[in-house]
Amino acid sequence: MTTRDTDWDGVRLHVVTGKGGTGKTTVAAALALALASAGRRVLLIEVEGRQGIARLFDCPPLPYEERKVAIGLGAQGAGQGGDVYALAVDPEGALLDYLEMFYNLRRTGKALTRLGVVDFATTIAPGLSDVLVTGKATEAARRRVDRRGDSHVYHAVVMDAPPTGRISRFLDVSTEVSGLAKVGPIRTHSDTVARVIRSPQTAVHFVTTLEEMPVQETLDGLADLQERTGGAIRPGGIFINMARPAMLDGADLAAAASGSLDVSELALSLKAAGIGDDHGLAADLMTELREHAQQVALQDREREELLTSGRPHYELPMIPEGIDLAGLYQLAATLREQGAA
Amino acid sequence: MSRPEASRRPRMGAPKLEMDRIIDDRRTRIIVCCGSGGVGKTTAAAAIGLRAAERGRQACVLTVDPARRLAQSMGLTSLDNTPREVDGVDTAGGGSLYAMMLDMKRTFDEIVEAHADPDRAAQILANPFYQSLSSSFAGTQEYMAMEKLGQLRHADEWDLIVVDTPPSRSALDFLDAPQRLGRFLDGRLIRLLTVPAKAGMSYMKVLNAGFAMMTGALTKILGAQVLKDAQTFVTAFDTMFGGFRERAEWTYRLLQAPGTAFLVVAAPEPDALREASYFVERLDAERMPLAGLILNRVHTSPASRLSAARSLAAAETLEAQDRPNGSGSDGPRYPIAAAALRMHAERMQLGQRERRLAGHFTSAHPAIPVAEVIAQPEDVHDLDGLRLIGTMLSQQGA
Repeated sequence: MTTRDTDWDGVRLHVVTGKGGTGKTTVAAALALALASAGRRVLLIEVEGRQGIARLFDCPPLPYEERKVAIGLGAQGAGQGGDVYALAVDPEGALLDYLEMFYNLRRTGKALTRLGVVDFATTIAPGLSDVLVTGKATEAARRRVDRRGDSHVYHAVVMDAPPTGRISRFLDVSTEVSGLAKVGPIRTHSDTVARVIRSPQTAVHFVTTLEEMPVQETLDGLADLQERTGGAIRPGGIFINMARPAMLDGADLAAAASGSLDVSELALSLKAAGIGDDHGLAADLMTELREHAQQVALQDREREELLTSGRPHYELPMIPEGIDLAGLYQLAATLREQGAA
Repeated sequence: MSRPEASRRPRMGAPKLEMDRIIDDRRTRIIVCCGSGGVGKTTAAAAIGLRAAERGRQACVLTVDPARRLAQSMGLTSLDNTPREVDGVDTAGGGSLYAMMLDMKRTFDEIVEAHADPDRAAQILANPFYQSLSSSFAGTQEYMAMEKLGQLRHADEWDLIVVDTPPSRSALDFLDAPQRLGRFLDGRLIRLLTVPAKAGMSYMKVLNAGFAMMTGALTKILGAQVLKDAQTFVTAFDTMFGGFRERAEWTYRLLQAPGTAFLVVAAPEPDALREASYFVERLDAERMPLAGLILNRVHTSPASRLSAARSLAAAETLEAQDRPNGSGSDGPRYPIAAAALRMHAERMQLGQRERRLAGHFTSAHPAIPVAEVIAQPEDVHDLDGLRLIGTMLSQQGA
């Protein structure tokens, strides 16, 4: 079996957003690994100049150039995965690219850069630089192997996008640009970009942790996306990151939360485990159990809150040792099991 | 019982941040909380403001983009750009607490209105480029936060202003923004754009070929109307540039003055600490007075004398007792103890990792005082929650 149904079949551009500190880059990278199953090439794009992808994949800083950074997650019985490429897009590089691609004006572009046109554009009209950056992502998503063929160079493009608070404005390029340019080439370009972003080929995923502020921002972000674009931009899934599983089952968890578990019994068990006779330690562990139970309850509350949005959701575990390449593949496998890729 | 080595070894020593000494020093007039997004800057700023007020200062907290419930905890319900007194503060010590949320666009509009004659102001406010700049420029928020801080300080109604910097991608944006705006206003491009309008169209004839090529290319990319709007905006704005830069420089010097204390806020995570490191180095290079690092949401354990390794081994010992020809089908014999031990091991692992990450920071910056705030199970949504954070910030003993 080489193909199977996933929740996002047909999506070519995955835009991944999230509040700062929720692990947006990590989830984008894991999603790219999961999408790159056998023979499939996936492009992971970074737009904020942080070089977070290079750090995650432990490779030198990414230039404005599509480079292979990893092999995708293999599928059972289908051998190893396809290739994951990465690209760091900055407005300056995107402007040069745009001038060359559409006007064959690379040298003029360099002259403009020296004059500070890019600084000018990013300062005075961020909508213009956003359209250049999103334009690069949509171009990669639509790129064909050859002009007449049907097959795309990339099976999917995953964009590590700006944070939740800025995402709607970032993606709503045509509105941002139309305020400035009623007609003209940049307007035409932004309309093309907008068509891709507003098509079913694009989905906007939200990364959150099960904490109050990130959950609230996720729901606000979804509402803002709907309101600003009248539902034209398709919301994707909610990726719950760093979730901590409950260590006790229901009744024991409730007892732990209310503090009604027996400390003496725990002390006896510790003795049986060879820890020694230490009632104080048992009491301290009981405190930890109570805090754990409270945290689980809080997580459940926040999860309920997220589910009110009706969006598909995926849950990724907290990895206490921190994220390295092995951890990324582990997260990718979890995403695939849950049908995200 | 023999205890693991790690718990007895004294923590490698960054000096402790003495929050109360900073707050109580009447010479401290401005506290700036900075750091990357999602590390709890706003909460820290609010907690410091509240503690200062309850210790007798006339404090004002300027926040940029607070989470809704935190804003509610201080009685802030709308962006109105005016400090409001916060209810429920203990004013027995003679202090008070005011708080406000920044309205970026309104602050910008007010500057324009104050610096240009009414006709020109109206022209600027209506220009599409101004509207784009004032509502979405990634640096505008930073710039306006600094502008507002300057205004509040100038008004001199409060003896301590606590400001929380905008939720930038990078902690550094906030220092760079005024300069970026300044550089932009001084740029060659701006001068080229403003020349024709100033000198009249006849001047166009003597312009060099480079300029013609550039405007040609810009027209091609942007369209003639966009370029014309940009020129109109830049020309109209030109008269205000001097005033803008003067204010930016005044605020910048204010931040360098001894009455200012910068606090870098970070969570014990690689990205946040990396940003904190950059920020510390940058503040040093700019000769900005850094008071210390707030390490927020640190995980600790009341049972730290039991190491992760021993705890995990003990859990396995208990689980092993279930397996051999178990006494029946009633499941594991020690489910609670095994769970408690596994959970404790994880918690210790997380704590160790955080400590190691914090250690990277403190060994690179050994002289910088640090205050730790222990992770709370829930977000802050009332003054009591803020008080607790303030107390933890100030009591860095043990």
